Amino acid sequence: MAAVQDGQLNLEVEKDIKTEITNDGSGNINASSSSPGSTSSGGKSKSPAGSGEDQQTLLAVLQFLKRNKLTESVDILRREAGLSADADDSPVSESAGAGSGGVPSVGADGGDANSLLSRVSIATPVAPPATAPPKVVAASGGEDQPDVNVVLSAYSQQGDPVLYPLYYNGLKKFIESVLDCHRAELSQVFYPLFVHMYLELVYNNHENEAKQFFEKFSGDQECYYEEDLRILSSMSKKEHMKGNETMLDFRTSKFVLRISRDSYQLLKRHLQERQNNQIWNIIQEHLYIDIFDGMPRSKSQIDAMSGSLAGEGKRDANKAKVFYGLLKEPEIEVPLDDEDEEAENEEGKPKKKKPKKDSMGSKSKKQDPNAPQQTRIPLPELKDSDKLDKIMNMKEATKKIRLGPDNLPSICFYSFLNAYQGLTAVDFTDDSSLIAGGFADSTVRVWSVTPKKLRRVKSAADLSNIDKESDDVLERIMDEKTASESKILYGHSGPVYGISFSPDRNYLLSSSEDGTVRLWSLQTFTCLVGYKGHNYPVWDTQFSPYGYYFISGGHDRVARLWATDHYQPLRMFAGHLADITCTRFHPNSNYVATGSADRTIRLWDVLTGNCVRILTGHKGPIHSLAFSPNGKFMASGATDGRVLLWDVGHGLMVGELKGHTDTIYALKFSRDGEILASGSMDNTVKLWDTLKAFDDVELDDFTAATGHIHLPENSQELLLGTYMTKSTPVIHLHFTRRNLLLAAGAYNP
Amino acid sequence: MAEERRPKQCTVVLPTESMKAMAESIGVGQLQEESCAALSEEVSYRIKDIAQDALKFMHHGKRCKLTTSDIDHALKLKNVEPLYGFQSQEFIPFRFASGGGRELHFYEEKEVDLSDIINTPLPRVPLDVSLKAHWFSIEGVQPAIPENPPPAPKEQQKTESTEPLKAVKPGQEEEGAIQKGQGATSAEAKGQFGLKPPLGKKDGLMRMKPRSTHELSVEQQLYYKEITEACVGSCEAKRAEALQSIATDPGLYQMLPRFSTFISEGVRVNVVQNNLALLIYLMRMVKALMDNPTLYLEKYLHELIPAVVTCIVSKQLCLRPDVDNHWALRDFAARLMAQSCKTFSTTTNNIQSRITKTFTKSWLDDKTQWTTRYGCIAGLSELGPDVIKTLILPRLTVEGARIKAVSDGPVVSNIDKIGADHVQSLLLKHCASVIAKARPLPDNVEQYRADYGYLGPMLCSHVVKARAQAALQAQQVNRTTLTITQPRPTLTVSQSGIGGSGGSRTPSIIKVPSSLTLMSTRPGTPTQPSPPATKYIVMATSSGSSSTQQVLWTAVLTATGKGDPELPLLQRISSLELPASEIARRL
Repeated sequence: MAAVQDGQLNLEVEKDIKTEITNDGSGNINASSSSPGSTSSGGKSKSPAGSGEDQQTLLAVLQFLKRNKLTESVDILRREAGLSADADDSPVSESAGAGSGGVPSVGADGGDANSLLSRVSIATPVAPPATAPPKVVAASGGEDQPDVNVVLSAYSQQGDPVLYPLYYNGLKKFIESVLDCHRAELSQVFYPLFVHMYLELVYNNHENEAKQFFEKFSGDQECYYEEDLRILSSMSKKEHMKGNETMLDFRTSKFVLRISRDSYQLLKRHLQERQNNQIWNIIQEHLYIDIFDGMPRSKSQIDAMSGSLAGEGKRDANKAKVFYGLLKEPEIEVPLDDEDEEAENEEGKPKKKKPKKDSMGSKSKKQDPNAPQQTRIPLPELKDSDKLDKIMNMKEATKKIRLGPDNLPSICFYSFLNAYQGLTAVDFTDDSSLIAGGFADSTVRVWSVTPKKLRRVKSAADLSNIDKESDDVLERIMDEKTASESKILYGHSGPVYGISFSPDRNYLLSSSEDGTVRLWSLQTFTCLVGYKGHNYPVWDTQFSPYGYYFISGGHDRVARLWATDHYQPLRMFAGHLADITCTRFHPNSNYVATGSADRTIRLWDVLTGNCVRILTGHKGPIHSLAFSPNGKFMASGATDGRVLLWDVGHGLMVGELKGHTDTIYALKFSRDGEILASGSMDNTVKLWDTLKAFDDVELDDFTAATGHIHLPENSQELLLGTYMTKSTPVIHLHFTRRNLLLAAGAYNP
Repeated sequence: MAEERRPKQCTVVLPTESMKAMAESIGVGQLQEESCAALSEEVSYRIKDIAQDALKFMHHGKRCKLTTSDIDHALKLKNVEPLYGFQSQEFIPFRFASGGGRELHFYEEKEVDLSDIINTPLPRVPLDVSLKAHWFSIEGVQPAIPENPPPAPKEQQKTESTEPLKAVKPGQEEEGAIQKGQGATSAEAKGQFGLKPPLGKKDGLMRMKPRSTHELSVEQQLYYKEITEACVGSCEAKRAEALQSIATDPGLYQMLPRFSTFISEGVRVNVVQNNLALLIYLMRMVKALMDNPTLYLEKYLHELIPAVVTCIVSKQLCLRPDVDNHWALRDFAARLMAQSCKTFSTTTNNIQSRITKTFTKSWLDDKTQWTTRYGCIAGLSELGPDVIKTLILPRLTVEGARIKAVSDGPVVSNIDKIGADHVQSLLLKHCASVIAKARPLPDNVEQYRADYGYLGPMLCSHVVKARAQAALQAQQVNRTTLTITQPRPTLTVSQSGIGGSGGSRTPSIIKVPSSLTLMSTRPGTPTQPSPPATKYIVMATSSGSSSTQQVLWTAVLTATGKGDPELPLLQRISSLELPASEIARRL
């Protein structure tokens, strides 16, 4: 385990990479130049770069790449081939510099930095297709076992360990002395620099220097990085770096910073003057600086967006169009007889109902311009029972209470008693007739909360005796002897962390620590399928609002999209840098949102599998997500006790709701979206005025384009109510079709 | 604060001694110091790594407490065989051992005889999970039902009563606190979340204190009626139940004004009628109210203190002062008084000094009767050894002369004689321990007579006794440090004395499940003369398995708080009870 001789090891390591990456590079060429005969060049380049011929080939390759503006590949190739910047100065005049290769001479320094700038400025205007970023990340981070040595080798460059604090301090002094408007932006550089400098020290076995460096500067970092700092601090030896996930995250993904052009120029000039190569190298290698034109952002703007494990999302990562509108509701003839019967009971009501029904009808007739095509993803056809349910839904909807700041919902609390801290997940059916709980003892329990008891279908032998032509055949197939208020489902072999009812109430999904997702039938109360794919705990799962599809995500950082009749996933969404903690379907079923312990939210397109949004701003693992009923907005809650509101269409943060003091495990919009309910570990349910929150946001073209949003100062005006339980953390919330709020949690004496 | 903690995070490493001890336990005798250091760093890193993973499981398990199963799951993630067989108990009893220059905390694993386990009756099956619904809010208003928390938590009651002008809407209060917290830390932590409105922007507006209404629901009215009737009724069992309810129910905040009026009116009437029993019942109600952890009585002291003081110093509390034991009531009330001084005395209300002044004034008065005199002395001496030293000891000579005059002089009235006797024993009881601590050793009878007059010789013998007792206790303390976590099959042993102030302190030190009632002698019964440093052995039974009576914890408590040798020990024990998540966080 211990590194025996570093020098040797490094050498070997570098050789490894060279062969690997050059192979990659040549593969690239093959694809792009489409010359089938050049496979031999791959073989050639296996020998260490150095012979004149190889050098020639490489340079040719480089030039080709540059012409096609594949700057990333140029850099990688050059770095791995060990070509220094001056080596290719002659053939390429506007060379993109590579700071890492060797130590550049002082004279070449200026050119080096210049070339870097050119590289960055080239990189920004060329907007890569929206699919690019996730692919890149997936390629590097999504591999099952990225070779640690490859990842680490970049740290092998040596600087004088004693100088590190000086470098850092120098930069700190400089940033403290710049104009106020730039300071906040440039301060963003501190954290990634700190991390990489520390890791570099650790990698090069300067244990004491690393410790000192950490002690000296860790206090300067923003408090929301504390979690990561704690992990870093425990890593004090090179051996520790192997297999440490956080470390790999830092290495395999570039930390993304958004900096205005002016601020960037300042930083660049400073580093040039000081000839501060160490810092330059880190900035070049490990940071992705997203430069924008215009006013530098303010401290609060930056703070609102930062906090994720790998910096902010790149701006172009959120540019893809998202069809956030709702699908057209199928037209169903509502039997008018029932309606009239009820209407007759109370006078004056029919007048109200008519226009309402009309408006509903018209809404469903007109296609929402923002909605995806009806057939964008294939959806299951409606069965008769689904239509009946839809009719019930519409009927109930007419009795819905209109909520608002002056008209708060009533809340009914379902407490799980004697759960002994074992309740891990809860779900309600959409019609609020069933409630299911997942428990730490591997069981799933289903309760009926209506007087209607839970019954099993009769056994096959008994079923054959039934008269299939009779009208009440659906009643007859049920076994009256098994009627009970609750049923227990056994099958998992670990705590059940996620649970979800299918919209038609025939199935139940549960995901567990044992790495499986199970599908249960609520007719027979048996397990139908165990979906295996995740090898690690599956933290969350959810049915699509139209049924058939479901999404799961867990410790393996990959979200999987499944169809109930396939035992293998249809899509795998890779890109998160840490556990996926929660998964939610968009109301139109075309998108999936995942929240992660890397403190980002990603929105994935179900059709293409692409990541279409990366939302940053949370300062802790995200444990709850909710879409507004119109599909336009999203709310997310995290361990930091804050709820953030997002505009899905623009990919922007539009609100921040502060008030909870502990992890938020439950979020739910009311049926009309006027009110957001949040439930937390701090034993409270809070109600927020979302209409006002979304109205307050002015979205002009500029903010929409740059993503620099001014959040309203005080979220307290949006808080409509706080309700405290005696000692019950709130872990699930649900609005019934009539807008009664149901909350659930385990009493914790 | 974060800055203070971080350097520690970086350097927390298991001590090398632990490595040695573990190596020895598996048979590796001599481990090099260097290997120890290397090992301990590696082990610390791995443990931290596992703890961080275990925290994930805790979060997804929707808990605030890290359990051993979380650790098992985290080990499983890393492909390590989990440590099967650990149970999550409320706390894991670590034992401390020292010797050979090493100090160790260890977890005792006992050898268990399988036949014992087989032969023990099965524990009761735990209750099954069940679902219960209640109205949490009705159109935005939370109904006051037992399922919901009391409308005002204790902290809020406290801030309301101490800072009356800072009342805010319940929902906004937390936010205020958070913002304040941010403001405080932002100086160091660079304004963590950026957005914070300038402090005082809200507070700047003068807020009128909202009128609080204390409307009682029908259920509450019924409850109040039942409770008060049971408290002063004739059925002792009912009374015990009612008092228990007052002492534990969390929803009494709204009824507090009624209770305090009930008590103060009750005392006023019954003092005139000399109804000793009722006065005792009322004082027990006061005690129960004080014991309730959800109530903050500050606002009602103006009614309660006069009532209590009345019961301490009133000239006559019963119909037949020569027979009835009203002295116990005075003692009990004095203890209550001392407790409220301790809890509520601030520099603003100055309760303790005002009370002290009241007592001293009437004590110094020559015409004061023996009963009142007794009450004053009892009240003062309960306030602690410092008060005894400064106020009572200097007056021993004068008081002694007065007692002598009564006992030696012509028999005027039996009542005076009894009063003088009680005062004498009271003085001896309280002063002896204080003198024993303060006075250097040779206990010379003549010297005592010279110093304290008539009471000198008796004091001397009491002091000698007190010293002997103290020595005995010191021995016991040494013994108990070793046996502190030993499970013992026997139940509560109470050496002597009353639960008074000792009982109220226990919850903070050890967990006393609700099923266990502390030994608290009824105030009505005569008290044995006991030295102040009496001891309690309180044993908590685990709340879940009442049938097996498995004793988890034994602790030694003392009735008086200050200057006890055991106190540091107790603190050490309680510090072991950190929740696991806390420990994990510190890693």
